[in-house]
Amino acid sequence: MTRVEQAFAAAEEEGRATFVAYLTAFDPDADRSLALLRAAAEAGADVLEVGVPFSDPTADGPAIQAAMARARAAGATLPRVLDLVARLRAHTSVPCVLFSYANPLLRLGEALAPRLADAGIDAVLALDVSVFDVPAVFGARAAADLAWVGLCGPRTPDARARAIARRARGFVYQIARTGVTGAGGGRDGDLAHRVAVLRAAGPRPVAVGFGVRRREDAAAVAAIADGVVVGSHLVQRAAAAFAAGEDGAEAVAEAVADLRAGLSRPPARSRRA
Amino acid sequence: MTGPATPPPAAFRTGPFGGRFVAETLVPAVEALAEAFDDAWADPAFQAAYRDLLETYVGRPTPLSTAPRLSDAVGATVLLKREDLAHTGSHKINNCVGQALLARRMGKRRIIAETGAGQHGVATATVCARLGLSCTVYMGAVDVERQRLNVFRMRMLGATVVPVESGTGTLKDAINEALRDWVTNVDDTHYVLGSVMGPDPYPRIVRTLHEVIGREARAQVLATAGRLPDAVVACVGGGSNAMGIFSGFLDDPAVRLYGVEAAGTGLDGGRHAATMARGRVGIFHGMRSLVLQDDDGQIQEAHSISAGLDYPGVGPEHAYLASTGRAEYLHATDDEALAALHEVASLEGIVLALETAHAAARLRDVARVVGPGGIVLLNVSGRGDKDMPQVMAREGEGGGS
Repeated sequence: MTRVEQAFAAAEEEGRATFVAYLTAFDPDADRSLALLRAAAEAGADVLEVGVPFSDPTADGPAIQAAMARARAAGATLPRVLDLVARLRAHTSVPCVLFSYANPLLRLGEALAPRLADAGIDAVLALDVSVFDVPAVFGARAAADLAWVGLCGPRTPDARARAIARRARGFVYQIARTGVTGAGGGRDGDLAHRVAVLRAAGPRPVAVGFGVRRREDAAAVAAIADGVVVGSHLVQRAAAAFAAGEDGAEAVAEAVADLRAGLSRPPARSRRA
Repeated sequence: MTGPATPPPAAFRTGPFGGRFVAETLVPAVEALAEAFDDAWADPAFQAAYRDLLETYVGRPTPLSTAPRLSDAVGATVLLKREDLAHTGSHKINNCVGQALLARRMGKRRIIAETGAGQHGVATATVCARLGLSCTVYMGAVDVERQRLNVFRMRMLGATVVPVESGTGTLKDAINEALRDWVTNVDDTHYVLGSVMGPDPYPRIVRTLHEVIGREARAQVLATAGRLPDAVVACVGGGSNAMGIFSGFLDDPAVRLYGVEAAGTGLDGGRHAATMARGRVGIFHGMRSLVLQDDDGQIQEAHSISAGLDYPGVGPEHAYLASTGRAEYLHATDDEALAALHEVASLEGIVLALETAHAAARLRDVARVVGPGGIVLLNVSGRGDKDMPQVMAREGEGGGS
């Protein structure tokens, strides 16, 4: 079992859904970004998603676009992001999922798997590469040596969703609704059905993200899924703090603690018997 | 409109390039699009509707012009395929007609598009007006400024033009924003991508819808000159007009194919859009192709005087044709394109689009390769009216070079 799956299992033991917190690495610079990631972990994030800044984040909304622009202005590159995660590892053993567009990962070539492992990355998600294409794109070695998170869309047909769940390692990330990251709330279609299909297909836990910003959103997702991913909301809270001249750590910690309070489930509603 | 000597277009092959690299939310949409296009293309009723609009609305076939004075100047016989005479002033409308008909067939009433120079945006807005579809065009804020005439035209045609401020404010950012719109409104919206790029099936669809250029040109050159040309020259940004005309000659190995990219202020200054010359293999905008990028895999800003060539990627079929050596890729600077614009205007009475002027700038080099008895076919992808304010601002109202 990977450290990511252990984190899901531990949360399950405690009778709550797993809290997955996304932050863009290097936003707004290396040191403050490290402080935010630590603050999120200390405030109760079970898994950290570390976003790799990219020049053309086509799947992201304005909040994460702006975070990536700040990060790139501060000199973010994938190797530097990995250095940052290595520094984070001195403070916390919380599992880290690298969340990236394909092209920066491609530039590491053969070194991709060892570099990510050395930095202490536990799993990786390439936003624009399906789990089926990972071996062809990143090579057999990287496909085998890294835990590739499976991404599932709101319109993904059940058969494909099941295949994604079987291929995924770490967890399966179900996108709650069509659209970019950070747009207003609301979930598409029968999310409970989608989660059930993924759960039935394989052993990986299922986390749901996109549009989770309030405690009620988190609670609604926690009632049907193993984990809740919160990204743009945390990034926005940090950005507002930066604008007010603060370092953002307190704002992120507060938001994580508040959302996490919504994740507890009565024992009878525990996801896995 | 096609003679008996015209074979079917060459097969669409991209080798290791291409692919379908999109967020999972869009996978069902691109799969459905591929299926719908194959289904439509095999349907004689769809073909008839497409052909009818091309003939009665676009004005096809576009003529092939001789260019006697330009031929004398460059040292080989130059023939011009006149896509500038198509409705809206460029080849772009061939693709828009086909994709808009496809969208209607798929029951999608809302169309989105990106545009660089504005030609694809104008063509999309035009066809949407004709077919009664709603149209939103994303355009980089920098391009909105340098192509104000086309912005005005699109609005007159009933389109909503959304200036994109993010990133570099050019074509790639307009595509980013169109992709974000599509992923949000995927159920009722069709994205009319304007070049032979993006995730599969777009490169194949757009190429197929532009094959009419190569099919006509091949038959017209045979009729005019009694033989095939020795070389075909076209400008390449994403590469749609080039693939359209190349497709008619891919299976004629004696015909040399030349794409001409924008070298901006020169390749070594870093301010250019010469993806084939300086790009590396990467994944960008849904495809694996050559991409201008830095050592970290961040996409670099392209530069060209021509908004339509100002793109840091290139269609995967071009990357493949370069890798096999079937096509060769040259480049021309801003200044060379401007000089060619003036030369063709004064010698032939044709004001080229700045995009096309890049291809015209390499005519002398191609003429040297084919020799004085050779025939060079230039694809005149568009007309230059849209560029006049920009050229005037750069050169002063005297118009001299």
